[in-house]
Amino acid sequence: MTTATDIDKKKPLAGLSESGAYQKLLAFASLIALLIGFSIASPNFMQTSNMIAILQATSVNGVLAVAATLIIITGGIDLSLGTLMTFCAVIAGVALTYLGLPLLLGVAAAIAAGAFCGLCSGTFVAKMKIPPFIATLGMMLILKGLSLVISGTRPIYFNDTPGFDQISRGSLIGEVFPALPIPNGVLILFLVAIAASYILGRTVLGRYTFALGSNEEAVRLSGVNTDMWKMRIYALAGAICGIAGILIASRLNSAQPALGLGYELEAIAAVVIGGTSLSGGRGTILGTLIGALIMAVLTNGLRVLSVAQEWQTVVTGAIIILAVYADMARRKKTG
Amino acid sequence: MFTRRFILGALSAASLAVPASMATAEQVYIPLVSKGFQHQFWQAVKSGAEQAADEYGVTITFEGPDNETMVDRQIDMLAAALANNPKAIGFAALDSQAAIPLLKQANDKGIPIIAFDSGVDSDIPVSTATTNNLAAAGLAADKMAEKIGGKGKVAVVAHDQTSRTGIDRRDGFVNRMAEKYPDIEVVTVQYGQGDHLKSTEVTKAILTANPDLNGIFGTNEGSAIGVVNGVQELGTQGLVIIGYDSGKAQKDAIKSGLMAGAITQNPVGIGYETVKAAVAAMKGEDVPALIDTGFYYYDASNIDDPKIAAVLYD
Repeated sequence: MTTATDIDKKKPLAGLSESGAYQKLLAFASLIALLIGFSIASPNFMQTSNMIAILQATSVNGVLAVAATLIIITGGIDLSLGTLMTFCAVIAGVALTYLGLPLLLGVAAAIAAGAFCGLCSGTFVAKMKIPPFIATLGMMLILKGLSLVISGTRPIYFNDTPGFDQISRGSLIGEVFPALPIPNGVLILFLVAIAASYILGRTVLGRYTFALGSNEEAVRLSGVNTDMWKMRIYALAGAICGIAGILIASRLNSAQPALGLGYELEAIAAVVIGGTSLSGGRGTILGTLIGALIMAVLTNGLRVLSVAQEWQTVVTGAIIILAVYADMARRKKTG
Repeated sequence: MFTRRFILGALSAASLAVPASMATAEQVYIPLVSKGFQHQFWQAVKSGAEQAADEYGVTITFEGPDNETMVDRQIDMLAAALANNPKAIGFAALDSQAAIPLLKQANDKGIPIIAFDSGVDSDIPVSTATTNNLAAAGLAADKMAEKIGGKGKVAVVAHDQTSRTGIDRRDGFVNRMAEKYPDIEVVTVQYGQGDHLKSTEVTKAILTANPDLNGIFGTNEGSAIGVVNGVQELGTQGLVIIGYDSGKAQKDAIKSGLMAGAITQNPVGIGYETVKAAVAAMKGEDVPALIDTGFYYYDASNIDDPKIAAVLYD
C-alpha cells in the first residue's frame, strides 16, 4: 500500500473526527429533549401531520443551510443565499411559465443559474479578493433587484406546468406507505445532504474545503490553486441554492420575487447551532441538518403552545446563543 | 460537557411547559394567521379580535410573519395552527395560491375559514372581512384633486408591488385620476416597502426630480410617514400629502397641518368581524360572503369626531 492511499483513507475523518461525532450526538440530544419537552407540554404537538409540517418547514431552510455550511467551512460567509434562492425560483418561472419549456429544463435552468451566480460570488471573493461578507452582500442586493426586474415585480405562477408543485408537495414515500405522507421536499433535502456529506468527506473538493478554512496560506504555498477551488465551492453552494429555489417555488406553486431577505440568516443560524465553526475549517452536514431541525421544531412547538409571537422570537434568539455557548464551552474543555 | 448541552435542552423544554398549561383547558380555539403583527395596524386588528373573543368566550391567537414577503413562513404558521384542532381559522393570505393545499386540508376537516384584510383568492373561505381598497384609494384621489384645485402633478409612494392591498391602493388612486381628472398627471409611483426610512428616501428622490410637484399619496402607514419625513427633511412647502391608516405620527402630522388628511380603514372592525364571523360559522349559522368593514377620510376637522377616533389607533 502506498502512502497516498493511506492519506486517502484518513482524510474522510477530517469531517467526521471523534469529537465531531460526539458533538452531533449532543446536538441530537438537544433535539430529542426539545421534542420530548413539547410533547409533554402540548398533546397536539406529537401528531404525524404536525411532524410532517415541521419536516416540510425544514426542507427549504435545510437545503440553504447545507449550502451555507460549505461556504462557512472555507472560512467565508454567504449573505446572498436567500435572494439567490429567490432568483433561481424566478428563473424557473421564466423558463417554465413564460417560455413554456419542459419541466426538467426549467429545473436545470434554475440550478444552472444558481451555479453561475455562485461562481460570480466565488470570483469576487477568490480572484478580486473582496471580503466574502461584502462580495455576497453585493450579490444579495443585485439578485434581489434582478428577481424583481425579471419577474416584472409580480409572482410567477406555475399553473401551466402540471407536476411542478408535486416536486415539493407530492409524496413518493406516501405512495408506498400511505400512513407516512412525507413530502418530496423533505426527501430532496436528505438527498442533497447525503450528496454534500459525500463531497465533503470523500472528494478532493471536500478536502480543500476544509483545508482552505484551516489555513488557506499554507494550502496556497504548497502549490494548490486555491482560487480555483474556492470558486468551485461557491459555485456548488450556488447550485444547491438553485435546488432550494425549486423547492420553495414548488411549495408555493409560484416564484415570489420579493421573498428571500432574512432567509440567509436563518440558514447561518442552523449551521452554527449544528456546531460548524464560523472561523472555518470545521463542520459537518449532519450537524447542520440537526441545527435546521432544532430551529423548525422550536418555531413550530412555540406556535403550537400558543406562545405570544414576540416571545417566540426572544426564545429563538436565546436558544441560538445558548447552543453556541454550550458548544464553545465544550470545545474549551476537550481542547 | 454532555450534561451542559443536555441540561440546556431540558431547561428550554421545561420553560415551555409553563405557558402551555394555561392553554390546555377545554376552550374553543380560533387562530388568526395574519399578514403581519408588528405594525400598529395589525395590533389594532388584533385588539378588535380580542374584543370579540372576550364577548363570545373563545380563545384566539394572532400571528403573522415578520414582513409581507415571507409567504412560506405564513404557510408554516397555518400548518402549526391546524395542529391545534381549531374550531375555525381567520386567515389573511399573503399569496392565496400558496396556501391552497392547507386550506383544502382545513376544509376537509370541516374547519371553516374566514378571510380577513386582503382576503383569500379561493372559494374555500366562508366569508371575507375587508376594506374595499380600490374605492378607498379612489376617495384619496378625489380629496387630492380637491386640495390641489383639479390640476397639477402628483406622485404615489406605495408600500409594495406584489400584494393585493399594494396593487389595489395604487390602482385605485391612479385610475381615478386618469378617469376623472384629465388635468392631473401622476408623474411617478415609487415603492418604499412600507418602511419609514426607505419611504423617506424615495420621497426625497421624487421631490428632487419633480420640484413642481403638487401632492403625494402614501399608501400605508409607513409610506405616509416616510413622505412626511422626506418633505420635512427637504423643507418643501405647500405640498399636499394624503396618507393611509393612522398611527401616532400620522395623526400628529394631520393635527399640525403637515399632512392634509388620510384614509383610515377600520382595523379594529376587521379583527372584530373576523372573530364574530368565525364563531357564527363554527356554529353552522349563515355568514355573509363579504363583510365590508368600511373606510373613512379624516383630517384635522374631524379627527376627534367619536366615530373617527374609535377606528384610529396610536
